[in-house]
Amino acid sequence: MLKVININSALIFFVLSAVFSFCQSPESGNAEMSSDSLQLSQADSIDQATGLVVDEALPLVIGNCTGCHSAKLITQNRASREGWKSMIVWMQETQKLWDLGENEDQILDYLAEHYAAEQTGRRKNLQNIQWYDLETQ
Amino acid sequence: MSTVLGAKIVYADHMPAGLIPAALTENTAPFALEGKHPELVVLNDRPWNVETPPHLLDDPVTAAETLFVRNNGIPPKNIDLSQWTLTIEGESAQKKKVYTLEDLKSKFKNYTYQLTIECGGNGRNEFNPPAKGNQWTTGAVGCPEWTGVKLKDVLKDVGIKDDAVYIGYYGQDTHLSNDPEKVVISRGVPMHKALEDESLIAWALNGKDLPLMNGYPLRLVFGGWPASTSGKWLSRIVIRNQVHDGPKMGGDSYRVPCKPVAPGTKVPEEEMCIIESMPVKSLITYPKTGARIDEGQPLAIRGHAWAGDLSVQAVDYSIDFGASWKSCKLQAPKNRLAWQHWQAEIDFPEKGYYEVWARAKDSEGKMQPMLVPGWNPKGYLNNACHRIAVMVV
Repeated sequence: MLKVININSALIFFVLSAVFSFCQSPESGNAEMSSDSLQLSQADSIDQATGLVVDEALPLVIGNCTGCHSAKLITQNRASREGWKSMIVWMQETQKLWDLGENEDQILDYLAEHYAAEQTGRRKNLQNIQWYDLETQ
Repeated sequence: MSTVLGAKIVYADHMPAGLIPAALTENTAPFALEGKHPELVVLNDRPWNVETPPHLLDDPVTAAETLFVRNNGIPPKNIDLSQWTLTIEGESAQKKKVYTLEDLKSKFKNYTYQLTIECGGNGRNEFNPPAKGNQWTTGAVGCPEWTGVKLKDVLKDVGIKDDAVYIGYYGQDTHLSNDPEKVVISRGVPMHKALEDESLIAWALNGKDLPLMNGYPLRLVFGGWPASTSGKWLSRIVIRNQVHDGPKMGGDSYRVPCKPVAPGTKVPEEEMCIIESMPVKSLITYPKTGARIDEGQPLAIRGHAWAGDLSVQAVDYSIDFGASWKSCKLQAPKNRLAWQHWQAEIDFPEKGYYEVWARAKDSEGKMQPMLVPGWNPKGYLNNACHRIAVMVV
């Protein structure tokens, strides 16, 4: 049993309308968020539509970031606040990302908190091994 | 993904990575891996960045369904083959010339080569501190057969001026921002690579039209160099009297520090050098990692090895974390710049957990490192040994 809560859908709609006036999604249909996408699982606090961690800055991140690229580009990356800032600057200089204005601090706080770089060694152990019985050929 | 499986995946969020497409979430826009094997791993669905698990690269010749996709923008839609043209021009071209697809196919001799293409960022996920970008593991590589015409035949038909140093490509993909004026990516190679026998303008993969996501209807193929040099949806080639300066030629893109740096170093732009030939590398494509076998049962292993512009002279395997190595049987490449198949049979001394590591050596004597090689700001060129886990029970 998953409990479901709603983000303020009006806020998302407002942010998205602004986004899509700048950045027309090439895939028609992306420009509308279904009500499903506003469902969050409290169990792991992951937004089911995007895979992003839920907190109050999530609507800003969705609105400013996923208009042009997949949320997967965020969830697979890890960086310090400074590192995320440099990615934003690169997108502004070369990829037509707009000025994030006063939202930038909140967005950077969100990214630095939930997608921070972890220290790893020179090589990790093999991860997520799915054991199976090998049939001899 | 649900659309591929034909059903909703309940608890998709809890699915372990590496089973079938990782990072599965219910997407607002249904995403189907059209034309691709459903077990490919989706790193990014806008733009498409999709990699192949090692066991799906077991075929000697990579199938269209299992060839990775690294897109920077949105592929063109509603392609009309009869209207598709390739323009050759530039300050070091003797004239401007336009070819239809039919011109290319009929005016020049057609060639088929098996050529390895690998993304410069393959293996990026292992760098520490992490590098931004798509976090490729091992699967941004493939070696299909490509059919087309030699780039040099077409360039010579146009005429190359003496001051030519580089070629650059332009394709028909559109920028993610949907700005029609914005070029997504425009990279290239120096003339010596452009004029090699195996450098192709290709329209077919394994005897069939290129898959849309891999450049249909026309692309460049430069075996052994970062796949970003092999421009897709090809419509224009410029012959330059300077190093090409299109988007993703400058800055940190597809460049590494000219001199080795400590992990995390900020490297000034002028101290970054363009990646050319890729380093020696190999994959274990059989068995799939996680194999459980009985004590006393020999294990057959196999895979491929490649080395950029060079060939591979040896492949060894280790089951004791590199303390000792045994040699594998290695085949010659089908043609220059094709990967080479290797195989071996392993006897394990006792029950327990093992890792099988494979290590290739190129024709100049350079081997793959066992650990992640020199750090670089964008996480390119990780050619550390591939490893699989085996349990003897």
